Amino acid sequence: MSASLATQLVNLFASLLLLIAFAMLAQRRVLSLIHLFAWQGAVLALNTALVAFVTHQHHLYYSALLTLILKVILLPWILHRLIDKLNVRWDVETLVNIPTTMLIGVGLVIIGFNVAMPISHLSETVTRGTLGIALASVLLSFMMLITRRKAVPQVIGFLAMENGLFFAATSATYGMPLVVELGVALDVLVGTFIFGIFTFHLREAFDSLDIEHIEKLKER
Amino acid sequence: MNAAIAIQLGQAVLVVLLAPLFAGWVNQCRAWLQNRRGPGMLQPYRVLRKLFHKDAVLAHRASFLFRATPYIRFGCMVLAAYIIPTLASGLPISPAADVIALVGIFALGRVFMALAAMDIGTAFGTMGARREMLVAFLAEPALLMVFFTPALISQSTSLSTIVHTLAYQPFVIHPGLAFAAIAFLMVLLAENARLPIDNPATHLELTMIHEALVLEYSARHLALMDWASNLKLLAYATMGLALFAPWGIARTIDGPSLWLALACLPVKLAVAGAALALLETLSAKLRIFRAPEFLAMAFLLAVLGLLTHVLLEGAA
Amino acid sequence: MYLLAVLLTPIAGAVLLGLCGHRAHAGAVNAAMSLLTLIAATLLTAQVIEYGPMLAFDELFFVDSFNVFLVALTAFVGFTTALFSRPYMLIEMHHGRIDARRLRLYHASYQLFMFTMLLALLTNNLGIMWVAMEAATLATVLLVSLYRTPASLEAAWKYFILCGVGIAQALFGTVLMYFAAEQVLGAGGTALLWTHLDAVKSQLEPSVLTLAFVFLLVGYGTKVGLVPLHSWLPDAHAEGPTPVSAVLSGLLLNVALYALVRNKVLADGALGGDLTSHLMMGFGLLSVVVAAFFLSRQQDAKRLFAYSSIEHMGLITFAFGMGGPVATFAALLHMTVHSLAKSAIFFAVGHASQKAGTQMMDSIRGLVDTNPTIGWGLMLGSLAILGMPPFGVFASEFLIITTAMREHPWATPFLLTALGVAFAAIFGRVQPMVFGETTGKRLPHPPAILPVFVHLALVLVLGVYIPPYLAEWYRQAAALIG
Repeated sequence: MSASLATQLVNLFASLLLLIAFAMLAQRRVLSLIHLFAWQGAVLALNTALVAFVTHQHHLYYSALLTLILKVILLPWILHRLIDKLNVRWDVETLVNIPTTMLIGVGLVIIGFNVAMPISHLSETVTRGTLGIALASVLLSFMMLITRRKAVPQVIGFLAMENGLFFAATSATYGMPLVVELGVALDVLVGTFIFGIFTFHLREAFDSLDIEHIEKLKER
Repeated sequence: MNAAIAIQLGQAVLVVLLAPLFAGWVNQCRAWLQNRRGPGMLQPYRVLRKLFHKDAVLAHRASFLFRATPYIRFGCMVLAAYIIPTLASGLPISPAADVIALVGIFALGRVFMALAAMDIGTAFGTMGARREMLVAFLAEPALLMVFFTPALISQSTSLSTIVHTLAYQPFVIHPGLAFAAIAFLMVLLAENARLPIDNPATHLELTMIHEALVLEYSARHLALMDWASNLKLLAYATMGLALFAPWGIARTIDGPSLWLALACLPVKLAVAGAALALLETLSAKLRIFRAPEFLAMAFLLAVLGLLTHVLLEGAA
Repeated sequence: MYLLAVLLTPIAGAVLLGLCGHRAHAGAVNAAMSLLTLIAATLLTAQVIEYGPMLAFDELFFVDSFNVFLVALTAFVGFTTALFSRPYMLIEMHHGRIDARRLRLYHASYQLFMFTMLLALLTNNLGIMWVAMEAATLATVLLVSLYRTPASLEAAWKYFILCGVGIAQALFGTVLMYFAAEQVLGAGGTALLWTHLDAVKSQLEPSVLTLAFVFLLVGYGTKVGLVPLHSWLPDAHAEGPTPVSAVLSGLLLNVALYALVRNKVLADGALGGDLTSHLMMGFGLLSVVVAAFFLSRQQDAKRLFAYSSIEHMGLITFAFGMGGPVATFAALLHMTVHSLAKSAIFFAVGHASQKAGTQMMDSIRGLVDTNPTIGWGLMLGSLAILGMPPFGVFASEFLIITTAMREHPWATPFLLTALGVAFAAIFGRVQPMVFGETTGKRLPHPPAILPVFVHLALVLVLGVYIPPYLAEWYRQAAALIG
C-alpha cells in the first residue's frame, strides 16, 4: 500500500471519528449512543490495524485487537446490559438547542486544530495530520459530558473521550508502549463496571438517573 | 462545434423528458418498500397528460404573476438541467455552469412560486409560502457550504471543472467530501419536499409545505408545476452525482465516452432513486419546528466538511 | 526485593480482605497488612539510606530521594489510618450505617488504594503512573459512596466524573510527553521511563512540552484539588467515611502532586522553567486565597478541613512553582507535615462527629469535657495545621513565606492575608467545638486516639529537628526538582 493512500485512509478514518463524535453530541437516544460508541471503537480499531499494517509496528496489531475486543464488543455489551437492567433502553433525552451545541463544537474543532497544528508537523508518522482531530474529538466528548444530564450518556461521553485520547496516542506516536495500553484498558474496563454499579445506587437513592436531581451539594 | 451544441441540447431534452420517469421510479421503489404494488413508473407521465388535457381554472383575483409563475419556474428548472453536466462536461455552455449561479436559479424559481402562492390570498397559500421560505432560507446557505468543499478541492466553482478534477485526476480520498455528501443529501430532502421535512404523498393541511403552494393550480399550470418539481429532483440528483460520484461523465465529445456516459447515467440514477426511497421509508416526518434543526445540522456538517478539508489536506 | 514486598503486600491484603473483609477481625487484618507494608517500606527506606537511589526490574521501578520519603510516609499514614479505622468502622457498623458486605468492600478497596498509591510513587514509567492514579480514583470512588446516602452518592459521582475527566487530560499530556520523547529516544518502552527522559530532558521539543505540561497540570491538578478544579474535593471528603477522608487528604493529594512535579522536572529541562513556574505559582496562589475565603463559610467539620487541604496543597504548589533549593525544601517538608497533621485532625474530627452523630460544627461542643483526649487532639492538630510554632508546619510555612518575600514580594500580601483568614476561620470554629459548653455525656467507647498523638508528635519533632538523612533527601530532591 502506498504511503499516500495510507495517509488518505487514515485521514478518512479520522474524519469518521470526528463525524461520530458530532453525531454523539446531537444524539438524543441512549440506544443510538451506544451504537455510535461501538462504531467509534470499530473505526479506531481499523485505524490502528491500518497503521500497524503500513508501518510494520507489530505491537499495534495487539492494540488494535485490544480495542476491538474492549470497545466494540465488551463495553457496548456491558452498556447494553446496563440499559436493559435499568430499563432505560428507549430513553430519549431532551437536549436543548442542538444547533448551538454543534456550533460550539465546530469552534472546538478549530481550537483543537490550532493547538495541535504547531506540534503535529514535528511528527514523522503517517498519521500526523490527525492529532488535531484527536484533540477535537476529546474536546467534543468533553462537551458532551457537560451538556448531558443523565447518567448513562455521561458514561458514554466519558468513554468516548478515552477513545479520542487513544486516537491521539496512535496519531501522534505509533501508540503507547503495550504495558501502558493494557493498564489504560484495564482502568477503562474497571471504570465502566464501577459506573454500572454506581448507576444502580443512584437510582436506588434518587429514583432517577437524572444528574440534575442530585445536585444538592453546593457551596452555600 | 455543432456536435457539441447538439449534445448540449440533447442532454437538456433528455433530462427534461426523463424527469417524470425518475420521480416515478422513486415512488415505485417506495411503494415496493411499503409492500404496495404501486402505480408504475410511468404514472407521472399519465398524470401530466391528463392535466394537459384539462381546462384551467383560475381564481378571480389571480394576477398575471399567478399565471406566469408555472412557466417561469419550469423555465428555471430547464435552465438548470441545461447547465448541469449530466452526460458530458466541457460543453459550450459549461462556463455558465457555476454552482453559485445554480443556487440562484433555484432561488428564482422558488421566489416566484412563493409569490404566486400568496397572490391568491388564501390562508393555505400564505402559510405554505412562509414555510417554504423558512426551509429555503436555511437550506440555501447549507447548499452553498456544501458546494464550497468540492470547489476548494478543484479550485473552481464551475461544475464542469469540479467534475473534471474529481473524475479524471488520480484517485484521492477526500474525507471532507463525505461530510459534504451527507449534508447535500439532507439539503436535497429538504429542498425537494421529501421526508422527513415534507411528505410528498399527503395533502394534510397542517403539515404540508409544497402541496400548499400549488393548491390553487389546475390543469396545464399544475402540470408545469409538477413537471418542474420532478425536474428539480432530477437536477439535484444529477448534481449530487456530478459532485460526489462523477465517474462515467464524458470529458470529451466522442462516441465511446458518450455511450459510456449514457450507460452509466441510468444505472447511477436508479441506484440513487432507490436509495432515496429507502431513506424516505426509514425516516419519519419531523415536526415543522424541527426543520431548522435538521437544516442547521446540514449546514454544520457542510462547514465541518470544509474544515476537515482545509485542516487535513490544506496542511499536508 | 523490599520494593516488591512493598507493592505485593497491599495486593495480597486486598485479596485476603476481599475474602474475609466482612468478619469481625477484618479490621485487625487490615491493620496487620498495613503494618507489613510499613515494615517493607521501612526496610526499603533503610536500603536507600545505605545504598542510595536504585532502579529495579528492568528499570520499571525507581527509588530516589524524592519518592523514598513519600513511600515511607504513605505506608506510615496507611498503617495509622488502618489502626484508626478498625474501631471507627466497627462503631459505624453498630450504628447501622454500613453492613458486613460494605465493610468487606471498604477493607479490600482500602488495600487496593494503598497499592495504587505506592505504585504511582515507585514506578519509573510515566504511563504506569497515570494508570495508577486513575486506578486510585476507581479504588476510592466506591469508598466515598460507602454510606449510600444521597449526598455521598452525589459526592462520589462528582468525584468520579471530575477526576475522570481531569485525569484524561493528564493522559493526553502523557501522550504528548511520549511524543516528544520518542523523537529523541526512539519508539519503544524506554521513551516513557522517567530516568531516561530526565537524561535527555534538555533535548525535548519545547513546543510539545509546553502543551504537555499544560494538560498535565490541568489533569493532575484536578486530583491535587487546585482551584478552580477543586469542587469534587470538599464533597468527597465530607461525605466519605473519615478514614477515607484522612487518606485522601493525607496521601492522594500528595501523590498527585508528586506526579505533577515529576513531569515538571522534565518540562523545566526543555523549557527553562519560566512557564511551569508561573503556572504553578498562579494556580497555587489562587488555591490558597480562594480556599481561605471559603473556609469561613463552612458548617461541616470535614468540609472545613477539606478546604484547609486545598489551601495547603495550593501553598505547596506555589512553593514548587517558586523553585530554588529553599522553597522546594520547604515544599517537601510541608508535604510531609501537612499529610501527618491533616490525617491526625481527620481522626479526631471523625471520633468527635461519630460521637455527636453529626458533622455539623454547631452541634459539636465541649469536647474537652466529654472526651479530653479527642478535644486536645483536635485543638493541637488545628494549631499544628494553622502553623503555630513549634510544629513542623510553622517551619515549612515560614520558609515558604520568607522565600516568597525575597523573590516574589507581590505574592506575600496574598499569602499572609489568606493565612490570616484561614487562621481566624479554623480557630474560630474549633475553639467552641473543643471548649464550648456541653450537655453531652462521655463517650461510651474508647477512641483509637493513639494515631492522632503519634502524628502530632512527629509533626512537632519535624518542627524542631529534622533527621539528617531526611534533610539530605529533601536537599537532594530539591536539587533534582530545581
